[in-house]
Amino acid sequence: MSTVAATHEHHHPTGITRWLFTTNHKDIGTLYLWFAFIMFLLGGAMAMVIRAELFQPGMQIVDPHFFNQMTTMHGLIMVFGAVMPAFVGLANWQIPLMIGAPDMALPRMNNWSFWILPFAGTMLVSTLFMEGGGPAFGWTFYAPLSTTFAPASTDFFIFAVHLLGFSSIMGAINIIATILNMRAPGMTLMKMPLFVWTWLITAFLLIAVMPVLAGAVTMMLTDRNFGTSFFDAAGGGDPVLFQHVFWFFGHPEVYIMILPAFGVVSQIIPTFARKPLFGYASMVYATAAIAFLSFIVWAHHMFTVGMPVAGELYFMYATVMIAVPTAVKVFNWTATMWKGSMTFEAPMLWAIAFVFLFTIGGFTGLMLGVAPADFQYHDTYFVVAHFHYVLVTGAVFAIIAGVYYWLPKWTGNMYHEGLAKWHFWLSAISVNVLFFPMHFVGLAGMPRRIPDYSPMFAEFNMMASLGGFVFGASQLLFLYIIIKTIRGGEKATDEVWEGAEGLEWTVASPAPYHTFETPPQVK
Amino acid sequence: MAEDKKSAISHGKLVGKLTVVVFAMFGFGFALVPMYDMICDAFGLNGRFVEIEQGTFGAEQGQIKGQQLATRRDINRTITVQFTATLNQSMAWEFEPLTRSMELHPGEIKQVKYLAHNKTGKKVVAQAVPSVAPGQATKYFTKMECFCFDQQTFEPGETKEMQLVFVVDPDLPRNVNTITLGYTFFDTDRKAGLESDEKIIMAAAESSKAYLN
Repeated sequence: MSTVAATHEHHHPTGITRWLFTTNHKDIGTLYLWFAFIMFLLGGAMAMVIRAELFQPGMQIVDPHFFNQMTTMHGLIMVFGAVMPAFVGLANWQIPLMIGAPDMALPRMNNWSFWILPFAGTMLVSTLFMEGGGPAFGWTFYAPLSTTFAPASTDFFIFAVHLLGFSSIMGAINIIATILNMRAPGMTLMKMPLFVWTWLITAFLLIAVMPVLAGAVTMMLTDRNFGTSFFDAAGGGDPVLFQHVFWFFGHPEVYIMILPAFGVVSQIIPTFARKPLFGYASMVYATAAIAFLSFIVWAHHMFTVGMPVAGELYFMYATVMIAVPTAVKVFNWTATMWKGSMTFEAPMLWAIAFVFLFTIGGFTGLMLGVAPADFQYHDTYFVVAHFHYVLVTGAVFAIIAGVYYWLPKWTGNMYHEGLAKWHFWLSAISVNVLFFPMHFVGLAGMPRRIPDYSPMFAEFNMMASLGGFVFGASQLLFLYIIIKTIRGGEKATDEVWEGAEGLEWTVASPAPYHTFETPPQVK
Repeated sequence: MAEDKKSAISHGKLVGKLTVVVFAMFGFGFALVPMYDMICDAFGLNGRFVEIEQGTFGAEQGQIKGQQLATRRDINRTITVQFTATLNQSMAWEFEPLTRSMELHPGEIKQVKYLAHNKTGKKVVAQAVPSVAPGQATKYFTKMECFCFDQQTFEPGETKEMQLVFVVDPDLPRNVNTITLGYTFFDTDRKAGLESDEKIIMAAAESSKAYLN
């Protein structure tokens, strides 16, 4: 991102200290995005280990204990290291530009919330090299696996989660303060771009549930080390309580990872359909409705723990109700494209793939939400297929779409459209080869989180592994495209995209180091 | 600069409020613990404390309730009661029911025995914790005499037969035809338990390596 620094000769430090001490929202956004990308590649490498081991039935490459560490760390790194920081990075770059603010509300705290992350990430990854190995109890770290039966390194894992939580909470407070206090004159709430709206709601979700996660891991810590029995039946506690506390955090968490994705896609589709977003107000209300519902459905993750029928029914109905506001969104995106003058540049391709594939993930979510059916699907590869459709072809596709969409604004250069199309088609095809067969093996009863499986699942697993290797490799192409764009390329105009609307397209490309020092007037 | 200061103050207010929310939600996470217990008690979930709530846990209260239920014996209905036993974690013990399964009429007072053998060379104080499946049957299962009412002390190598006298409430919902009563035996010295857990984890890690080789 040297281009950004070179164009603006202000008195800010250079070299490494520029990045260490920076309070600039653009620098911090860049840091977040690079951190997320590195974690994405690391978590992806772990996924490659998983897929390599599952390429054939039987034990091939890694021992079962290490396999369990890989599935656990893959999940934790992708959720807390890749997807969440990537969206915070997009928020840092784009929210001030979109609402006409000169910077984030609390720039010093912004610096701190980023710089906690590399330490937390390092601590989390370092557990793999400790005696007894890293966390091997699944990313949901259910007690008593994560308390009584966990390796010694679990205390480091707990502290890493605390730090990640701190970072997210500070980031969320900063985003709320920026959006509520620093909008340009005339930028009323209902004029805000949808990405800003979805992030505002996401930030409220973050400050509501990250502290609950912090509470859960604190209880684990005291159960492990200080003789409490929150989750220990021998001392009067209950391991099922852990699942309730975890999923009270966990379900809003999945919306934390998808609402900003909705925002990104809601920016991109109108641009390339050259029509305003269909049903703006309903989009805002649907986002708020999804956020509200996310707090009252958590136990659908644990239908099989032995809940009374009334509880199962309640959580089933509440869960299925989420389909309504989500369907409003999918309808609005489709209606925005309807009769639009569409073009299919890379951001639009990723956004359309998002709408299509995320909806598949939504449908499988409905299937899982039906309590009696869930007893069949629970803890099978069907669940793995479901949440990878919503998180990979959902959240990750939206992040990639957003990066292609805004990269010319950040760097001043257009990315290479031909390479980007290669990246898209390779990813979009391979991701389906990777995850679609998981539906079938899941329905046939293949359990998740196992290093070995019945030979009857061999063909579909080999197919999934091949898709996985291609999908993994095509992300290296993404890295190449980004570096190539930073280094140079066709110069981008200020507007970048023909149909783009919004304040971020009124500043120069690349966006100067300081923007909107005098607030723009929004009509 | 004056303007900067003003804006900083307005952020301070908002940030203060949001920080309060953060701390409140941290507290809420812990408040879930008593809330969970209260909800389980109120709805009789997970078989937790139902008898304590009903005031029927313990020898004296169990006897009174049991005798009342026995007056309403329902010989037209037969249900199956199964018995299981689990040892917590790594206790070096034998623990099993001497009767695996029996058929009975609701309201009939029945008696079964569990056998426990302390294989360690140490004196152990153990506590048995009952659980009933399905959960909705919990409040219809009354224990009149139970080794779970008290902690049990075992001398090194001691073997004991322990008695359970129970009665099933004739109001048991019609859709329940089989009840499973499980006991888990816990060593009340938690520290001893945790040390042996560590050994198990190490052994599991070793065997997973051996499995590969």
